[in-house]
Amino acid sequence: MKRVFLFVPLLAALVVGVFLFAGLGKDPTTLESVLVGKPVPEFSLESLDDPDVTLDRSVLEGKVSLLNVWAEWCPSCWDEHEYLSYLAKEQGVRIVGLNYKDQRETAFRFLNRLGNPYDTIIFDPKGTLGFDLGVYGAPETFVIDAEGVVRYRHVGVVNEQVWRQKLLPAMNDARGNG
Amino acid sequence: MRVFYAALFVVLAFAGQASADVAEVYDFATRAEEQRYQQLISELRCPKCQNQNIADSNAPISKDMRDEVYRMMQDGASNDDIVGALVDRFGEFVQYKPPLDKRTIVLWAFPAIATLGGLLVVVGVIWRARRRGGEPALSAEDRARAEQILASQSKSDRQR
Repeated sequence: MKRVFLFVPLLAALVVGVFLFAGLGKDPTTLESVLVGKPVPEFSLESLDDPDVTLDRSVLEGKVSLLNVWAEWCPSCWDEHEYLSYLAKEQGVRIVGLNYKDQRETAFRFLNRLGNPYDTIIFDPKGTLGFDLGVYGAPETFVIDAEGVVRYRHVGVVNEQVWRQKLLPAMNDARGNG
Repeated sequence: MRVFYAALFVVLAFAGQASADVAEVYDFATRAEEQRYQQLISELRCPKCQNQNIADSNAPISKDMRDEVYRMMQDGASNDDIVGALVDRFGEFVQYKPPLDKRTIVLWAFPAIATLGGLLVVVGVIWRARRRGGEPALSAEDRARAEQILASQSKSDRQR
């Protein structure tokens, strides 16, 4: 009877070990988006190209799209831009840009130098839509389905691995043929 | 000594600088409101910097969150409304105090469980000691052997 109790510390260590081991591979800086499964928040913002055009959440409806949050001041946005261009041109992905806390002038400089993969660009100089989307660091990329509902959020650079493992499955899922 | 004062001055000057980066100037109608604001921003966590509250953090996102807290307070929102609005955007992560629900019940109950477990162990130990209290710690045989060993030990000590 007493010998059984000798195994209690071993058992406790095993339980704790399993818990800690499970947490080991996780990246603590990625947070689950609470918006997944919810519609994109209401907004009314200017188009980057034309201050007279006001955009609202209907730009994200009708077709499964990527919503890419970017800014000229964000170094990782420069890194991922080439791959976004590839997705738009070669894969026919509709990408809506959210120019986040930037200025028109610098945003245009960025696009002139690297090209423009975006179908439409929402201009959000104060970061209000970014705030409502829970954006805490550009670049972030959201998969939005045809009804304008957020299906997935990726924080960080989009590259081939992210596309294959995360964004493409989420887009297929949103298209209903996952 | 003069060098010391100069150094102290420099340190203090920069210390002031560091905190001045964070503090925006907000106007509050009452002292209580200001304290409520300070309380709120010290309990909310910055999603970008992870281990800082939004009161201490210099990240732009923290500034946006402080602005939102202030704006909602001016609109007459309650503390729950304000925290709820931020949780709806950034997730429960921004709360240093997790809410009490089904998923967090073990977390919240753990101190009580641990204390209770410890108490049970203590009670068990005492109870066993009490029960054994009647009989001597050593049997007569063991005692005789122990005395023999001690005796031979002291003899060898004396010979040395």
